[in-house]
Amino acid sequence: MAAAPGDHPRPELAAAVRTDRRAERLLGALAFGAFALIAFMIATVVIKAWPSFSHNGLSWFGSGGNVSTELRVMREGTPLPGHGLAYFRAWPLIWGTIVTTVVAVVLALIISTLAAVFLTEFAPTRVRRVVEPVVRLLAGVPSVIYGLIGILALAPWINDHLLSNSRKQSVIYVVQLNGANLTTASLILTVMILPIMVALCANALAAVPVSWREGSAALGANRWRTIWRVSLRTAWPAIAAATVLATARALGEAVMLAMVAGGTAFAANPLDGLTFFFEPVRPLAAMIFQESEGLTIATLSHTIYAMGAVLLVSATMLSFAGWAAKQPMKRYGVRA
Amino acid sequence: MASLAASPDATPPQALPAPREGVSSWPLIDRACYWLCWVTGIGLCVIAIAIVAFMFVKGVAYLRPELFVKSPAASLRQTQSGGFLDPIIGTFIVTAIGTAVATPVGIALGVWLSEYRSPRWLARMVGSSIEILAGVPSIVLALFGLLIVSKRFLSFLSQGSPQGALGESFLDAGLFMALLAMPLIVAATYEALEQVPNRVREASWALGKTRATTIRHVLLPSIRPSMAGGVVLGMGRIIGDTAIVTVLLGLTLTNEAVGSTPIIGTLRGTGSTLTSYIFYNSPAGEGNSHEKAYAAAFVLLMVVLALNALVTRITRGREPGSRAWWSGFLTRVRLIGGPST
Repeated sequence: MAAAPGDHPRPELAAAVRTDRRAERLLGALAFGAFALIAFMIATVVIKAWPSFSHNGLSWFGSGGNVSTELRVMREGTPLPGHGLAYFRAWPLIWGTIVTTVVAVVLALIISTLAAVFLTEFAPTRVRRVVEPVVRLLAGVPSVIYGLIGILALAPWINDHLLSNSRKQSVIYVVQLNGANLTTASLILTVMILPIMVALCANALAAVPVSWREGSAALGANRWRTIWRVSLRTAWPAIAAATVLATARALGEAVMLAMVAGGTAFAANPLDGLTFFFEPVRPLAAMIFQESEGLTIATLSHTIYAMGAVLLVSATMLSFAGWAAKQPMKRYGVRA
Repeated sequence: MASLAASPDATPPQALPAPREGVSSWPLIDRACYWLCWVTGIGLCVIAIAIVAFMFVKGVAYLRPELFVKSPAASLRQTQSGGFLDPIIGTFIVTAIGTAVATPVGIALGVWLSEYRSPRWLARMVGSSIEILAGVPSIVLALFGLLIVSKRFLSFLSQGSPQGALGESFLDAGLFMALLAMPLIVAATYEALEQVPNRVREASWALGKTRATTIRHVLLPSIRPSMAGGVVLGMGRIIGDTAIVTVLLGLTLTNEAVGSTPIIGTLRGTGSTLTSYIFYNSPAGEGNSHEKAYAAAFVLLMVVLALNALVTRITRGREPGSRAWWSGFLTRVRLIGGPST
């Protein structure tokens, strides 16, 4: 119909067409609003964080000094001798985020790949009907409950059974060890990111064309060999994408880590050998959560927003990385 | 190759037919891997059961009926620190506001992404934005929220302060909780609409219905279960969140109304939710009474489990293939880069 809505031969149809156009425009405006809001969010958080970055330069990401002291200084308003009020070195926090995330993601990658293979290939239907809701349940448990279990059950247990007195003595002059440490935090974080990884991996494995697996079976390969050589190899990009997305989730976890990762912003030292895994850490998100009462103090709030900006930019980049990681699968024509 | 590429979309993937040979004939390493898969799968169940059982035992041990009707009070003595009536009401209010805001917006965005998606560049941008929003840590959302709601012109949402607005109230928290739930609702709506065959739309158009009418009266009613599933998942995410509550709700133990208008006063006032109450009563918080924390956590877990069961019930059997169970929390991966044609 080339006719303009105004001189439509049937006026009641013209009205319907107008309503239709209006609906489209309204929804389009809303969609644009959603896009604008996200862009606005990234912009405002970075702008609010800028004073902290500009004062410290790139050394903001570096090490040196004690994070807790630096934050206390901002709260009290009396700068350390030789430094500005906004002096801040975030490395212990960034390092805390990196180690907890990496340990949890590596563990989760192994476990979730095996679990996804189990779900898609080996589990009898009856078993699968049980495991699938269980994975969903694990995804639904609030992080504060994970934190509560960690701090009241797992941490005391680790403190009593895994942490010997001699190990505590060995680093007593640097840091005090207790049950709230890197191991506790990473283990619980693993359980928290497992559901999404299992689901994504299972989704990817289920998308592998049946004929490819049948071809492998016809060549005499047993089911495990088929999975290893055909399914996992095809689904690999999607599993990588799942890992990246789970990483984003792990580095944004605040409450649970604030509860179980240990009270001090200490950069756990890998050179300490096994003791490394029992040293407390303090990731960025947990620090923001802990310091959120100080958001009314100007300098402190700039610093907190700077931490938030680092998390926000990382999460955004990881979202895109997850999308990019999956691109090779398009080549096979597999949509997972 | 072309038929290979088309086949996974055309027919849902089936499991391989049951093998005639057992595992016993496999090489040792293959058998080890096979059993390792079993161990992991069962291990997941054991972890989940352990968590629920632990919370159940502790919860039942410390839960008293009067906890539900008493307001919390700041006291070191267990007998005087009250119950969690206010946190429960707080959780309810925040969830109600968040869901009420997120549901219409989320469905509208899902519809636009699936049915209109023009211009193309905007569809790509919006898809990616929703994706990013789903990945933003809630603590960062809370920081962003505080920046917005502490502006003076938004002080009607909370209460005025020397800097502009306090930025802590049920309305503030609820609004930004909506951002938390929205991606799930968008993804559920979008994915469900993508699964509606085109012939349904064409049939409606052939009857002379406009696109808006088709969406309103044909498409949306047909995907109602999926949308409901997305909404309930979103509610679960709101109920379980602590970070936004901490920053945007003020964390007063009881729900403090602002002004004397009954309902609006409460909405503009500060308060707490079950999650923040648990944190407050955990060893990491100031209250530090683990009995209260366990009892509240038990109630929270029961609510979450109930929601979970509801999602399963709503979406069961509605979506083809065995993919239904994970549909809620991962369809989001497909949105980025814009919807595919």
